[in-house]
Amino acid sequence: MVTARPAPQDAPGTRPPASGPTRLPALRELAGSVPDPELPVITLAELGVLRSVSEPEPGRVEVELTPTYTGCPALETMAEDVERALTAAGVQRVTVRTVFSPPWSTDDISEEGRRKLAEHGVAPPRPGTGRDGPVPVRLSPARRADGLTEQIRCPHCRAAGTELLSRFSSTACTSLRRCLACREPFDHFKEV
Amino acid sequence: MTATAPPALALLPPADDALVLSHRLGEWAGHAPVLEEEVALANIALDLLGQARALYAELRDELGSEDEIAYLREERAFRNCQLVEQPNEDFAHTIVRQLYFSAYQLPLHHRLASCVPVAAKAAQETAYHLDHAEQWTLRLGDGTEESHARMQRAADALWRYTGELFEPIEGLDIDWHGLRAEWSGTLTDVFGRAGLTVPDGPGTGAWSAGAGRQGLHTEPFGRMLAEMQHLHRSHPGASW
Repeated sequence: MVTARPAPQDAPGTRPPASGPTRLPALRELAGSVPDPELPVITLAELGVLRSVSEPEPGRVEVELTPTYTGCPALETMAEDVERALTAAGVQRVTVRTVFSPPWSTDDISEEGRRKLAEHGVAPPRPGTGRDGPVPVRLSPARRADGLTEQIRCPHCRAAGTELLSRFSSTACTSLRRCLACREPFDHFKEV
Repeated sequence: MTATAPPALALLPPADDALVLSHRLGEWAGHAPVLEEEVALANIALDLLGQARALYAELRDELGSEDEIAYLREERAFRNCQLVEQPNEDFAHTIVRQLYFSAYQLPLHHRLASCVPVAAKAAQETAYHLDHAEQWTLRLGDGTEESHARMQRAADALWRYTGELFEPIEGLDIDWHGLRAEWSGTLTDVFGRAGLTVPDGPGTGAWSAGAGRQGLHTEPFGRMLAEMQHLHRSHPGASW
């Protein structure tokens, strides 16, 4: 999906200190504040895809990102944006690595992230899914084994009655639903 | 991580399965019966492409870059099963191919999750792929006379390519019999509810048993590969 992406934060307010105990947390905050390229209302930290920031040697910062989906086309853009943000803050060398283990789960989205998604018109994922690894999420109504009881609410009018239109929507991580009350279609962040 | 990682080359067959099926599904772009389905098939294709890329990355030392592996190998070097290279045909064929393959890929990913990092991630995605195929199988199998007949025809036609899925892949130390039992269980259950008959027979053609894994492919694969590779081969090093 091609989406307009906002300019990454090229000019952060404060540069991370060149050394000392606050350097890594400051770098982590900076990397985490980069907006998600497809859902720019939330940051990489809020989405839960920033796994670690380390400095294996002075001047070289290593960042680990994990994809929401293996084929997530935004991952390369995320890596570039993180690299740009850190370079702009004075880091000489940035390496961004992709890690798959443990797999990202929608439970990794922060409370703030969920709130922003809902505000943006995307129904946030319901908590408490699949965190413990490869348990198949069977979605057939007849065999709901995923243990989800909470309803997916319409992000526009908050009505609880919504229906599934398509399991796959504008991005790999969302499904398309429609509100039975206000009839508005909306994206829902699929639980994984 | 609990188990030892398999030798990198053992990941080539599952990686090629994912790439080839991804390309086949991509062929639906612009042709799917409804817009939602167009998006769904493209999303599934994208997941599979991501899985293929992650696995190819593990093969860099043996086979080179992702692009070299995907675009510069000849037909005989591909280790995908013959099922995934079969043409899309009508929508029923595509759905049955998805069902046969996802019902195999999901328990395969579960078995590989402890030793191949991307498999645990991929299992989350494959669960959605299987669900998608299952819902369509129920809808079409238990739909009109026409949709039922087409589904049964597709199920019968593709059956001969399923036996190969359970030929053990060298280096993947998993319980292949259990995998087959799980796959059969899923199919019996879904086909039963869809009013379809699980085909009988050995699940292999006269000459095709295990062939894709040895680099022997069916005639449509060469054409698919020609289309998939021609841009890269005509314009080496081209980028967007």
